Amino acid sequence: MNTHAKPSKLIKGATGDWEIVVGMEIHAQVNSRSKLFSGASTAFGGDPNSHVSLVDAAMPGMLPVINEECVKQAVRTGLGLKARINNRSTFDRKNYFYPDLPQGYQISQFKSPIVGEGEVIVDVSPTEQITVGIERLHLEQDAGKSLHDQSPTDSFVDLNRSGVALMEIVSKPDIRSAEEARAYVTKLRTILRYIGSCDGDMEKGNLRADVNVSVRRPGDGLGTRCEIKNVNSIRFIGQAVETEARRQIAILEDGGSINQETRLFDPARGETRAMRSKEEAHDYRYFPDPDLLPLEFDQAFVDALAAGLPELPDAKKARFMRDYGLPAYDAGVLVADRETADYYEAAVRHGGATRDAKIVANWVTGDIAAYANSIGVGVAQTHITPAQIAGIVDLIVDGSISGKIAKDLLAIIIAEDKSGDPRAIVEARGMKQVTDTGAIEAAVVAIIEANPDKVAQARAKPTMLGWFVGQVMKQTGGKANPQAVNDLLKSKLGI
Amino acid sequence: MTDPTRLTLAEARDALRARKLSAGELTRAHLGAVEKARALNAYIVETPEKALAMAEASDARLARGEAGPLEGLPIGVKDLYATEGVHTQACSHILDGFKPRYESTVTSQLWRDGAVMLGKLNMDEFAMGSANETSYYGPVASPWLPPNRDADWARAALADPGKKGLLTPGGSSGGSASAVAAHLCLAATASDTGGSIRQPAAFTGTVGIKPTYGRCSRWGMVAFASSLDQAGPIARTTRDCAIMLGSMAGHDPRDATSVDAPVPDYEAAVGRSIKGLRIGIPREYRIDGMPAEIEALWSRGVEWLRAAGAEIVDISLPHTRHALPAYYIVAPAEASSNLARYDGVRYGLRVPGRDIADMYEQTRRAGFGAEVRRRVMIGTYVLSAGYYDAYYVRAQKIRTLIKQDFEKVYADGVDAILTPATPSAAFGIGEKGSADPVEMYLNDVFTVTVNMAGLPGIAVPAGLSGDGLPLGLQIIGRPFGEETLFSVAEVIEQSAGRSPLPARWW
Repeated sequence: MNTHAKPSKLIKGATGDWEIVVGMEIHAQVNSRSKLFSGASTAFGGDPNSHVSLVDAAMPGMLPVINEECVKQAVRTGLGLKARINNRSTFDRKNYFYPDLPQGYQISQFKSPIVGEGEVIVDVSPTEQITVGIERLHLEQDAGKSLHDQSPTDSFVDLNRSGVALMEIVSKPDIRSAEEARAYVTKLRTILRYIGSCDGDMEKGNLRADVNVSVRRPGDGLGTRCEIKNVNSIRFIGQAVETEARRQIAILEDGGSINQETRLFDPARGETRAMRSKEEAHDYRYFPDPDLLPLEFDQAFVDALAAGLPELPDAKKARFMRDYGLPAYDAGVLVADRETADYYEAAVRHGGATRDAKIVANWVTGDIAAYANSIGVGVAQTHITPAQIAGIVDLIVDGSISGKIAKDLLAIIIAEDKSGDPRAIVEARGMKQVTDTGAIEAAVVAIIEANPDKVAQARAKPTMLGWFVGQVMKQTGGKANPQAVNDLLKSKLGI
Repeated sequence: MTDPTRLTLAEARDALRARKLSAGELTRAHLGAVEKARALNAYIVETPEKALAMAEASDARLARGEAGPLEGLPIGVKDLYATEGVHTQACSHILDGFKPRYESTVTSQLWRDGAVMLGKLNMDEFAMGSANETSYYGPVASPWLPPNRDADWARAALADPGKKGLLTPGGSSGGSASAVAAHLCLAATASDTGGSIRQPAAFTGTVGIKPTYGRCSRWGMVAFASSLDQAGPIARTTRDCAIMLGSMAGHDPRDATSVDAPVPDYEAAVGRSIKGLRIGIPREYRIDGMPAEIEALWSRGVEWLRAAGAEIVDISLPHTRHALPAYYIVAPAEASSNLARYDGVRYGLRVPGRDIADMYEQTRRAGFGAEVRRRVMIGTYVLSAGYYDAYYVRAQKIRTLIKQDFEKVYADGVDAILTPATPSAAFGIGEKGSADPVEMYLNDVFTVTVNMAGLPGIAVPAGLSGDGLPLGLQIIGRPFGEETLFSVAEVIEQSAGRSPLPARWW
């Protein structure tokens, strides 16, 4: 845990500075075809109660059997979090009554989770990196859903989600601001998506966060925390932290004290509201589930999963920096999404050649990303292929087109000739840069001769050169190589 | 053949194979007996159409020479087992009207092997009880007449739903034991969490085995206490139990606690010599106040085994006296959680309420009987924050110590252990536990250790009490030592001489 408060993170209160302390429990739906303890489908969007087995509905005499794929996903995730994998873990029952909890208990891992301590390295900004400790990761069942809007008198229950596997990933209280909280969840989601253990779709509720917030004077021990339940977007996580911290500071500065309680974040009103206090908290009566044996596997099982893991974001970032000479920030932006990173690499290495990786990075994170963003997709989902990017960059590098023409070329690829080969487009449309010094020289001479007054001015004030460059470019339809134009003008004008 | 219901399961099997008898005849004879015995209240549901259809199919297979191990043999099924399309309520009102769309693994294996289903048998509600008095469907009467009572008196007593003064067949598998003893089936499925097979078997002069935990699948059995529940048969002879268990046992991937070990030919173990086996006699089972006739029975058992060539050794199982209290923490704890699913939301009884919490409360108040409510409350209490360590955790530690007691004895070369099955013969219905439930719980004193340790145990009739009521001995085995149990039980059965079961008076 970070023990020294960073001045930049502190919040100014009326009576002095405060430090925010945040820890998070992320519930990530495990990517698997069937549920944690039954063979029912986990597909999203089926008719109510269409993906429900006898086990999920808790029919009498039904028994849970662990789904090995979910175990593998949890182990893979643990490896991705650089965490200790527990070769023996146990399942416990968390007992409470609720209509969408058919068994009357949730099967979870209370005492011995499958994954122990780990860490996540988080880029908070281009210049700041923090490490957030992972306390544990455990497997548990999701509940069903109560539907209160189907009838004026009754509530209905949809058990499609009942029994779907969740990974609860518990962080240490290492987060110190709303910004860090957002960055942590973003990074965690990136890791989960790389591994393929969770799709990270927060809109579908496949990733949700319980955010524990407390505040303290710099250097003090931990304050009393409140848990904000089920926050379902990264933006809201940031807002919830900010709002809750300010609420707590206001209470403390008024001489009050914080009640440990569970709260809800209302994004519409921008406030958190109490759900239940510690006194009203359930007694879950955890005990080991006697229907399930301890979950045990050997090191070979873990090793095989480790061997099958893809390159993870931190490693990929380091490689991009090392192999492509990218600055940390560019590399970080590229690896944030695995498909974008793959797309980028495909563009860099297209055709077996290795081209200027920095220029490719600028295009991918700049114009291509801007276009992708404008149509609401990821870079890799646009119709623009890595080969086209490679083609554009090659044309720039070999001097065939200028950077400005390259932007025109991209516009053509975006709107008109979607699958066109960049070089063919440039040829066909006569967009090629004029590098023939004879032709450029003719234009230069003509303009100098036609404007003797400007020539005199330029000789007195060399920055006037720009006016001549503009005229030459105009005359050549923008295709003249700007460097050649510059050089020729300087020699003819004698400046 | 005069009355096919008087045959043992093995005799009936052999008669069917020899085509001396048809499955249809055998089934009709049993259905007739069941009908005439309704006052005993052993069956709560009769399935004659199903039985006749199954018998017909069995006769066809017998004719084709494709008979399964239990082909055409009519049996009863404890109401704890899910039977597809047939009433399955564990004799609780809370499962009112429940007919599952699935068949338990154990019963589906019995049908696979050709057995014929006569109906569902009475039991204590959710298997919680030792006298079959907690059933929503009322108590079951034993076919054994109470001492000094004649048939006329008993018939009159039977007409009363409370069956006061008649003998209990024990519990929780009271319907199973009564039906087997009264020749209302050749054998029955039962289940045992703390003695629910062995105590009723002992009370009715029948044989019952609780196999090793994990030997039979629990899939489709209504759960009481998952870490203790185990399926097993009750039948009239050791051989019949062995035949039944052969079909009931086996690995099931749908039950994570079922064990993937081959099922031996149990019947082949019946009659096998026990010469040289080391039989342990645990001194801690000689409890205070044990009736002299139980002591005497136990000693007779020792002599029979010694005479058959077994070596008798005194052993110690020092933690025995803690087993019963620990059991009455572990079992209710698991039950309180297992029974949480009966909430009125998806199936069974629903009593409407003002809101969801009120609906839960009304439903569970109306749906559960007093004993079930008591155990749910005990279980909830011992798992609660602040009490968990003092009760549940300590009970689990005791459980480990009990297990280690047995492991130590077995490591020292003991093959099986001989004990009384119950501290007394059958008592009267309504006679025990009304003021103090612990009085009823004490019935399990010799049997719960076996469940706590996950071991196999068999109860076999060994003689009659001074009042002429059956008494049983229990043999406890090593894990998966069922064959040894069958061999030893057969020696006792042969030495004691099979006491005739009561003739029909009902």
